Amino acid sequence: MSHGHAEVITTHEVHHDEHGAHHHHQSFITKYIFSQDHKIIAKQFLITGMIWAIIGGLMSVLFRLQLGYPDQTFPWLEDILGNWARGGKITPESYYALVTMHGTILVFFVLTGGLSGTFANFLIPLQCGARDMASPMMNMLSYWFFFGGSIVMLSSLFIQTGPFSGGWTAYPPLSALGDASPGSKTGMDLWITAMAMFVVSSLLGGLNYVSTVLNLRTKGMSMTRLPLTIWALFFTAVLGILSFPVLLSGFILLLFDRHAGTSFYLSDIYIAATNQALPNEGGSAILYQHLFWFLGHPEVYIILLPAMGMASEILSVNARKPIFGYMAMVGSLFAITILAFLVWAHHMFVTGLNPFLGSVFVLLTLLIAVPSAIKVFNWLTTIWKSNIKFTPGMLFALGFVSLFISGGLTGIFLGNSTLDIHLHDTYFVIAHFHIVMGVSAFFGMFAGIYHWFPKMYGRFMNNTMAYIHFWGTLIGAYLIFWPMHYEGLAGMPRRYLDYSNWSSFNQFGELNKFISTVAMIVFALQLLFVFNFFYSIWKGRKVTTLNPWDATTLEWTTPIHPGHGNWEGEIPEVHRWAYDYSKDGRDFIPQTEPIGPNESKH
Amino acid sequence: MTTTGLFLLAILALGFLITFQIAKASEYVSVLKGEKKSFEQNNKINGFLMVVFLVLGLIGVWWCNKALYHKTLMPYPSASEHGENIDTMLKITLLITGIVFFITQILLFWFAYKYQYSDKRRAFYYPHNNKLEVLWTTVPAIALCTLVGFGLYYWFKITGDAPANAMQVEITGRQFGWIYRYPGKDNVFGKKYFRMIDEADGNMLGLLWKDSTMQTPNGVQNLKADPTGFDDIIQTSAMYLIKDQPVKLIINSRDVIHDVGLPHFRMKMDAVPGTPTTMWFTPKYTTEEMKKITNNPNFEYEIACDQMCGNGHYSMKGLIKVVTRDEFVLWRAKQQPGYKAPTKAGDPALNAPGAQPAPAAQPADTTAAGAGVVVPKGNLVAAHK
Repeated sequence: MSHGHAEVITTHEVHHDEHGAHHHHQSFITKYIFSQDHKIIAKQFLITGMIWAIIGGLMSVLFRLQLGYPDQTFPWLEDILGNWARGGKITPESYYALVTMHGTILVFFVLTGGLSGTFANFLIPLQCGARDMASPMMNMLSYWFFFGGSIVMLSSLFIQTGPFSGGWTAYPPLSALGDASPGSKTGMDLWITAMAMFVVSSLLGGLNYVSTVLNLRTKGMSMTRLPLTIWALFFTAVLGILSFPVLLSGFILLLFDRHAGTSFYLSDIYIAATNQALPNEGGSAILYQHLFWFLGHPEVYIILLPAMGMASEILSVNARKPIFGYMAMVGSLFAITILAFLVWAHHMFVTGLNPFLGSVFVLLTLLIAVPSAIKVFNWLTTIWKSNIKFTPGMLFALGFVSLFISGGLTGIFLGNSTLDIHLHDTYFVIAHFHIVMGVSAFFGMFAGIYHWFPKMYGRFMNNTMAYIHFWGTLIGAYLIFWPMHYEGLAGMPRRYLDYSNWSSFNQFGELNKFISTVAMIVFALQLLFVFNFFYSIWKGRKVTTLNPWDATTLEWTTPIHPGHGNWEGEIPEVHRWAYDYSKDGRDFIPQTEPIGPNESKH
Repeated sequence: MTTTGLFLLAILALGFLITFQIAKASEYVSVLKGEKKSFEQNNKINGFLMVVFLVLGLIGVWWCNKALYHKTLMPYPSASEHGENIDTMLKITLLITGIVFFITQILLFWFAYKYQYSDKRRAFYYPHNNKLEVLWTTVPAIALCTLVGFGLYYWFKITGDAPANAMQVEITGRQFGWIYRYPGKDNVFGKKYFRMIDEADGNMLGLLWKDSTMQTPNGVQNLKADPTGFDDIIQTSAMYLIKDQPVKLIINSRDVIHDVGLPHFRMKMDAVPGTPTTMWFTPKYTTEEMKKITNNPNFEYEIACDQMCGNGHYSMKGLIKVVTRDEFVLWRAKQQPGYKAPTKAGDPALNAPGAQPAPAAQPADTTAAGAGVVVPKGNLVAAHK
């Protein structure tokens, strides 16, 4: 780290710079564990998220094993899982626990914590031109609440009555009554505790992201010069701040119903297992669903927007072409953010919701397809007449667009209440949301990791493994989820342990076997990625230039191994937007370059 | 671990090792060849794979459809009139989204292939075009309005009031099965109250078969027997419906949320404890006719629980038998009412307040129950005819 670069300490800004570059001695613990450096916190989120993704993915492999081979026994499963697989078969309790945990982990701990936590932390200060987050301390706390929540959630796997097993949406009364399901005993208390900590983490992070984007942009970095990644991460944070508290309120009421004898969600219940009518009267089970989906739907966009932002950025960099319709992209992100709050009840068309209210939600839901369509057409136009470099990041960004189209279009089926009557809670829904927010968000995340890995670790990931990872995952994802639409069109319900007793749904045995096999292969491919990631941290090809992708944005003006504070000298000033690629005969013009006298306007 | 398990693990590890070695070798090769040359080669391969993926993907879509279409419900007519509307809606949506799907995916992969990197070319600086953007804002908006229009037209038709001549059947979910109730000769459902449920006594739904006084959160309640419930038919084996006769289902749950899923009728509605829901439709084909239509001698109209309801969720199956009117009358005549007269009319153990263990936690009385007969909220179902 260089010292004494600031010759004259006069302005506040320069003074601040000194703080940035100057380092008092840090111990291993303050530097890597309780670090307040946004880049380290980002890596902590990323690696924790990856560990969660492996656990959550492995869970899906286990329950797919049951779904694909319902009449076979696997004695080795009992060796690994003990009581969860008595006699080598996944028991119903453990099947539902696996399904529930898979959903909770992937939605919250991987695609929210792991995705936003990583890239908002990493990119916001670097691309806005800030030394760090507005409050590094809060930022650190955000990670440690996430970590604490993770530990609590993980611990629920090891208790006697098992983890929560009523589906990731945790609808009461099932989630409120331990007598209705063993997973709703202590497992559910741990689930709620973990989720509460997760919400705290998410709010601490989100407030920081918003205040950093609004207050700590470098000189010249107006909002309309921000890269689309930052816009997307900004709107993601806004969504989280406004919707997570509502989820928490729903959980608190649920906790009261469980332990304090209240009747927010409970009414008219007779439990056959104990031969007992419960004292609760007057509650509404549907109230919980409103509170849940008021977060639950924005949550979909909390997952998706960062992927959209990163895909936009990476497409533009590697197509060597400006993103098409920057303002329309920002506008559509804004529209999605607003509409995300107004569509939650489309998850509830068949709960007995007033049909008129349902119709309002149909209109608003299908409206959200308009900004989504704008984004797709803009991405397509971005690569039209471009000059594409197929870096691993670019491949995943292109894959993201393909998956977003496929999964987005089936949303038009489900958002239409008439069709939802038929397709609700069938495999069609599984196919839809796994493609559009599961796999495609993962593709956005992979794109981001491959693209910014050189900035994170000063090395490249291995290209060959990345190509195998990309093509295998893209093909595998379609092989897994495309045929599931057909199961949905047969009315096959989701969350069933075994379909062989159903004359309406038992015709898909072969297909289930096929899907399970592909799922296992695709899971193994993700391990290849994980290996590539960790191998490349220490052994990857070294980055030798500041700007390996020839990108315009600010993060590539920092040293190859930026210290806490990011820039050694002054923070560079910004003079233009982030997308001057192939302009005026030049390959790219960095944001830091002043507008030339003869430069053409866009 | 069995040998197969170990064998599979070994193969996996070997696969990893080989891939890793190839990956490492290719990195050295690229150093030898020069970064520029290896980049160009990789770029060509990936560009080519883009178009290969597109072509194979389109073939795959066609092939998947060929293999699986006949396993869905689409080749057969829907078994209800509502279902026909839903199928029409499905076709309209498939058509519109299908066109968009093919156009956008083909453009995406074709552009990726066509505009792969070349030294001789420079990308076209094209930051925006307002006309184009307005075009692809309005066209999707119009297409979606069409879909909303059709969708809501059918939606209100389906969720509208049941016809006056609709037969009423009550269906109640419980972990893990269904209870069906018919109103009996008087065509009126007897009142019920969930605290009266007594499995041992055969009163699965808590019908008010006898006078009773009980301690409830709303104070001491005197419940009068409701004679309209004495002739109610309670069934757990199958729900019988009449072909071409509209039926209105009154849907309840006894414990957690369930869902009455009727794939062949394309209908679905949640069963929510404490909040009865309804759904109506008109069956078009008898079970026997459906056996011929689907070419499946074992065909049955199954009721599938579509809402996660506990560890037995996957086994929560119900049965609907659609029969002709004559067959229905015959079936109906054979049914015995569920009512059992109290064996010991004045049994204090049955009637005394506090006979049931007082609930541990009693929320405050918020419903301001009046004296005399308290009308419990929610779960009372009295049909009007």
